[in-house]
Amino acid sequence: MLIAIALALALQTTLARFIVGGTTALDLVLVVVTYVALTSGPVTGMLAGSLAGIIQDALSSGVVGIGGLAKSIVGFLAGAIGQQFIVTAALPRLVMFLGATALHAAVFMGLYVLLGLRAFPSPWTAIASQALGNAAVGLIAFAIIESLPGMAERRRMQKRH
Amino acid sequence: MALLDIRQRIGYLFIAVTIGHIILISAQVNTNRGIPILEAVTFGVFAEVQRAASSAIGGMQTSWTDYVALQQVRTENEQLQKEISQIRVGLQQERALAQRSRTLEQLLDLRTQAVDLTTVAANVIAGGASPDFRTITVDKGTADGLRPDMAVIAPAGVVGRIITPSARAAKVQLLIDRNAAAGALVERSRAQGVAEGSGGDLRLNYVSGTADIQVGDTVVTSGIDGIYPKGFVIGQIQSVQRGAGVFDTIVLRPAVDFSSIEAVLVVTTAPVAVDEEAAPQ
Repeated sequence: MLIAIALALALQTTLARFIVGGTTALDLVLVVVTYVALTSGPVTGMLAGSLAGIIQDALSSGVVGIGGLAKSIVGFLAGAIGQQFIVTAALPRLVMFLGATALHAAVFMGLYVLLGLRAFPSPWTAIASQALGNAAVGLIAFAIIESLPGMAERRRMQKRH
Repeated sequence: MALLDIRQRIGYLFIAVTIGHIILISAQVNTNRGIPILEAVTFGVFAEVQRAASSAIGGMQTSWTDYVALQQVRTENEQLQKEISQIRVGLQQERALAQRSRTLEQLLDLRTQAVDLTTVAANVIAGGASPDFRTITVDKGTADGLRPDMAVIAPAGVVGRIITPSARAAKVQLLIDRNAAAGALVERSRAQGVAEGSGGDLRLNYVSGTADIQVGDTVVTSGIDGIYPKGFVIGQIQSVQRGAGVFDTIVLRPAVDFSSIEAVLVVTTAPVAVDEEAAPQ
């Protein structure tokens, strides 16, 4: 989990250089938190979200804790839903990633607006594009990770024959 | 066993984590002057990781481009690009100097103000950690004389300002960040306003309803904010929406391509306070 979060942060800061001027912006850390929550449950999802969010806050210029709170809520709820419902097909996972991004944006932006620290005039396009981007990356990540054991098994079988 | 027990009480754990975050947030909001220690320490440590990652990636890129690709052409091209960048920065300084001279000549109270800027060159080593904040990290810090609120410029124009310097790196808030703003004026008509970031582009706000504004006008820094030196290009006016006697929305196209910044200059000279009110319109 820690390695995945560190990797996501490293990739996020590297990729952000190239997409900083555009309107599309992925949140790879949120993708990792949602993935961990869906595969490991609400407690691990919440702790992963809390840790990853706080680190992300500290590296950004915002208030440390707002991103942590948003991601811990997302991690907890995603994990709880993942335990209650079957989310192994692509469509439910897509909905989970879209919902996770929307919830994260609502809590994150809501807290900033509530505390009077930042304004987010008409953020809908940015949230929608980020949700689609996160969902695409999340689904691809799931597909790759789940294909790895099968791929190894197939190679072993081919060598035997 | 203790971990097992706490996992069985998920609800309590969730409430505890939430309260912990709220306390953390409240502490910072109440004491919002200066940089939080957690942020400074984490940034300082992670900047070293970013530097190492950037060096590793840079090393691989250099190996590929310099040895696999056309080595001589690439090297020559880089040298020429550097020379062009230096010339463009010089041109901007000259332009600022010329503009200032024209304004000063029109003032009754003629004052001489130096526009020679001392700058420190820095390389961009990372982008922002969160997509909600438009920042970059550069490889120079307090050890190189960088301080908070120093202006950061590129050959094409204004980039942003230093917000969190550590010993060997510094975080730069880009001008397109939602919290960023700079005193601005339209070069042609001398109409004043404030250029504010909106997350992706720039808006020119607080412009008088009677001001002469046209699409394509160049907008430069006015120098009245005490951060950015006067006369540096912010961008060009992309669109103007006029309401009843006031400007509804003036959108600027930034002069700098923020997605391809690789090197910047940090202005270490404190800007001279400019009283634009005294200048004839």
